[in-house]
Parts: sequence; C-alpha cells; structure tokens
Amino acid sequence: MFFMNRRDILVFAGFTILVLTMPIWLTPTGAAYPALMQTFAIYGIMVIGFNILFGLTGYLSFGHAAFLGVGSYTAVWSFKLLTMNAIPALLFAVLLSGVFAVVIGYVSLRRSGIYFSILTLAFAQMCYSLAYSVLTPITNGETSLQLTLQDPRVIDLAFTERGSGLPVPNLFGLPMTGLTGFYFCAVILVLAFFLAQRITNSPFGMTLKGIKSNQNRMDYTGFNTRPYTLAAFVISGMYAGLAGGLLAVTDPLAGAERMQWTASGEIVLMTILGGAGTLFGPVIGAWLVKYAENIFSAFNESVLHNFFSFLPDGMEEPFVWVAALFVGEGWHLTLGLLFMIVVIFLPGGIMEGVRRIGTLFRRRPDTSDGSAVSAKQQPAE
Amino acid sequence: MTTNDKDIVLHVADVHKTFGGLHALSDIDLQVEQGKTHAIIGPNGAGKSTLLNVCVGRLAPTSGAVIFDGHTLTGKKPHEINQVGVARVFQTPEIFPELSVLHNVMVPAFAKRDGSFSLNFMRHLDTQSDIRSEAESVLEDVGLVAQKDVHAGSLSRGDKRRMELAMCLIQHPRLLLLDEPTAGMSRHDTNTTIDLLKRIKERGMTKIIIEHDMHVVFSLADKISVLAQGRIIAEGSPEEVRANPKVQEAYLGGAH
Repeated sequence: MFFMNRRDILVFAGFTILVLTMPIWLTPTGAAYPALMQTFAIYGIMVIGFNILFGLTGYLSFGHAAFLGVGSYTAVWSFKLLTMNAIPALLFAVLLSGVFAVVIGYVSLRRSGIYFSILTLAFAQMCYSLAYSVLTPITNGETSLQLTLQDPRVIDLAFTERGSGLPVPNLFGLPMTGLTGFYFCAVILVLAFFLAQRITNSPFGMTLKGIKSNQNRMDYTGFNTRPYTLAAFVISGMYAGLAGGLLAVTDPLAGAERMQWTASGEIVLMTILGGAGTLFGPVIGAWLVKYAENIFSAFNESVLHNFFSFLPDGMEEPFVWVAALFVGEGWHLTLGLLFMIVVIFLPGGIMEGVRRIGTLFRRRPDTSDGSAVSAKQQPAE
Repeated sequence: MTTNDKDIVLHVADVHKTFGGLHALSDIDLQVEQGKTHAIIGPNGAGKSTLLNVCVGRLAPTSGAVIFDGHTLTGKKPHEINQVGVARVFQTPEIFPELSVLHNVMVPAFAKRDGSFSLNFMRHLDTQSDIRSEAESVLEDVGLVAQKDVHAGSLSRGDKRRMELAMCLIQHPRLLLLDEPTAGMSRHDTNTTIDLLKRIKERGMTKIIIEHDMHVVFSLADKISVLAQGRIIAEGSPEEVRANPKVQEAYLGGAH
C-alpha cells in the first residue's frame, strides 16, 4: 500500500529536505524570516492541491481562493468557539471547504473548458460578496474576523482560566508562532506533497490524466468521468481549505479579500509559472510569486543605487531610474514580464526549463514526466 | 433466419433516427451473431456512422431499441455501454496523446478491472504488474511493444489506430465496433490490420465493421448489410451481396 519506487523516494526525500532546510538556504536571499517562510509553505500546499485539479485533470478553476477563505473563516471560528489548538481548526477547515467544494464542483463540472472556469469564478465571487457584506454576522465583513477577549472557547476555558491578553493558536500548548509555526506548516506541506505524489502515481491519477488528455475516449472506455472530476475538485478544494486554515493558524484573522478573484488568479499564475502537471513546479511557482511580492516589493531606490554603484557616474542614474520601475510598487511589472517570458518560451513552466537543462547535460532522450518510470528496472516489492 | 435467439449478440430493433426533417435511419433491423464479423457498407451519407453512434449511446434513436446480450443499450451512457462489454474504435483515433503507449493501453484495463469509478489512489502504478504485463502482451499482439514507452501522440496514424485497437482488446469486449479501421492507411498497413483483425476473430469476438474499402470488407466479413439512404437494402453473405443488382445500383447511384 505504501510502495514507492526509487524515483518516488528520491523526489520525496529531495522535497522534504528542500522544505525543512528552508531557513538555511533562504538566508542569502533575505527571505528567511518565519512569516514569509510560513507563507511559502502554505501557498505550496495550496498549489499542490490546485495542480491535482488543473495539472492532472485539466480543469482550470478560477475560484479556488473561495476555499482558502472558507478554510480561514472556519479555523478562526474554531479558535473562537472551541479551542486555540490548531488540529481541530484544521480538521474543520478541511471538512467545511470539502462541503463547499462538493456543492460548487457538482454544479460547475456540468461544463468543461472556459465555461467551467467562468462558473467557478462566479461561485468564488458570490462567496466573496457573501463574506464581504451579506454574511457579516459570521464573517465580520470588511473589518475581518478576529479573536476577541470575550470569545467563549469552551474547550480551552473548561481546563484553564481566561488569560489577560489574546491567546495564540497552539499545538497542544506549543505556540504556533515564528519558526515553530513554520515547521508546523512545513511538515503539513511535506505530508500534502506525499499524498499528491500517491495520487499522481496511482491508477486514479492515471485516470485523471486520461480525462485531461481525451475525455471522449474515457467515456467510451467505460469510465464515468463525472465522479472522477468531482473527486479531483473536492480533493483540491480541501487542500485549499487546509491552506486557508493554516493561514489562520499562523495569523488568527480572516478577511474577505482572501477570496477575491485576484487571489484565485494568483494561484493559477503560480501553477502555470512553475509548471502545471508536475509535482515540484507549482510549489516553485508559488515561492517565486510570494518572494516577488514580499522581497522585490520592498526594494527601493537606495538599494538600487547600491546595486548599480559599480557603474561610472552618469550611467548610474538612468539605470536606477529604469530599474526602479520594476521594483517596489512596480513588482507586478516584474512578475508580469517573468510570466510572459515563461509562457512564451517555456510553455511547460520553469520545470520545463529544468528538464531541458537536464537533457542537455545527460545527452540522452528523456521520456517525459511519469512515463520514465517504466523505462528502468523495477525494485523488488 | 436460421439462427435462434441465443446466438444473437446485438439486436438493432426497428430503429428510426431523424434529424429535423431528415430521415437518417429508417426501419433498421439488424441482428449480429455471436463470434461473427458483420460489415455495414454503403455510399457516403447512407447512415452508417449514425447507426454506429446509436449503438454506442452517442445518439439516441428517435424510435426503436438496441439490445445487446439482454441489456437495452438505448438511453444508456457511453461508459455504461462499455461496461457491459462493447468497445469502439473511432474513425479518427481517439487516444491519449500525452500518455505513453503502454499507459494508453493500461488505462482501459483499469476501467475493466475496477469498474466505471474507483478511488484507487493508494495503489501505485508499479504494483499493477498484472495489468502491465497484460498491456505488454496486447501490444505484442498489435506489434507495438517496441514503442511502448514513446508518447502516443508521436505515433504514425496507422500505429495510433493499432494502439486504439489494443486499448479495446485489453478489455476483452464481447462486441467490438470498428469505424473504418483502415481509412487513410497504406496498402501495407491495411493488410497488417486485416491480418490482425482475422486473428482476433479466432478468439470468438463479435465485430461490427463499417468500411469503404471493399478489399477489407470481403476479406473479413461473414455477413454484410448494405445501407443506402438510411435503409438496409440488402443483407447476406459476401457472395450474395456482391451478386445483388440492388447493391450495384446503389453504389453506382451513390457515386454519380
């Protein structure tokens, strides 16, 4: 049941090491502070799930931020009503976003292609409006849902006295802040990656790939494709809910803007940038986008002056002037350019670039993605 | 009819199909015997493909019924029809171009083994050695085993067709529907395909073939139904059909 071939083990071990050593290798980039690394881990989970729907099954959802929002709201409510422990908060977040995904998926999956995308977009915008105004008693509207000193927290208060300040989410007493919070998210990211890897390499994953490749053939091959697409939709919705729950664990508040269509678009962008359909790619895309958003946007002219100080006088000013357009407020410009370059020259995303470089070095034909498995010796079970 | 009912695998009973005012199929009554190869021929626009689409659930007949082995196929979805044992090869190969040839053939085997829906995501593909070796042996049959690791999309048209045939064969269907299996093939590829289809016949699989190429039809068919303007105008053994003056007229009439 937990069989892995050598390639799986290498990929999984590589990913685990990459994630857990993040505080070390991110240091030179200036991104090794806990809040950003938590974001990296959380959006990694988000896009791994999104990729199961988009990359494997071929259904482009433009509304996945809705599940992220549902997850966040649910987790904050779990903190307010029951306990500050992260585990029940995440369980409820996953379950409720799963319920939302069943309903939204059931309706949206009646169509495919662009119509499916539009339906998911419409649903997500409805969720956003509900959260922003209609359901204010539940979501606290534009002021965001937050913890208060008067929260009932029935489970916590049955065992301990109410403290003086606002409590922080914890894992059986371990506060989920700073590096501890990051490692909690990182371990969940590794588990999420493991599950996605299982799905990708299973007959179920193969069926999803078949649906992406040729749904008509799947019908005439005896597959009832609707429950498969719904399962993929619900699984990816639950991943998004888990990510949303973790956002609340690391920072216990939930706002409606998390569900807006720009947030959904960002998830699509991350996945395509990194390489849809690959296991690593979407995660790398998510990290790049979040890095650009947090580090690039903080660059200012003095940083640029330092950077270009090697240039002769008179040259420095124009360089700084041009570069300044692409940093700080203009980081979206950089991201947009990067996205265009990748889509035009590497339609398979950054992972395609990595693969091309790999084949250059190895100088032998490479069978693509999962099919490479069959080419080599199978280890004994 | 000399055969009794239990030898009839597929019975197309009094099927009509109209598109608006156009009578695509009228009074079609067709009985296909177990283990036989039944060819449906006719000029362009005679309704051959419509008839096949009615059989596999792609089109619903306006009236009448299609009965396969005691199951009424009329109104069933394509995947339900496949699950009772009907497989289909399309006029233009319907394959999974992004997957390897081996995986193309393994996918239908999962539908056969696990049914139309199964959440089998805790199993690893590499542990499915029974299905893998079966897929390899079917690919051996159609002569594609050497290409099992290449992308199906990069195969030649003739190889795609043979692979599609392998995708059907691995399911061991009771009835195989072939829509112009040799269209666009070279003479050499056509002959290879004929040999292959003859070999399948020895396994007792029932087949319906739609074909334009008379060489293919007369090499394979046990029985031929001639369709013209949505009606069956002649039926019988290849020799009977060849000698039938109505058939010659329909073909000449269709061509001019």
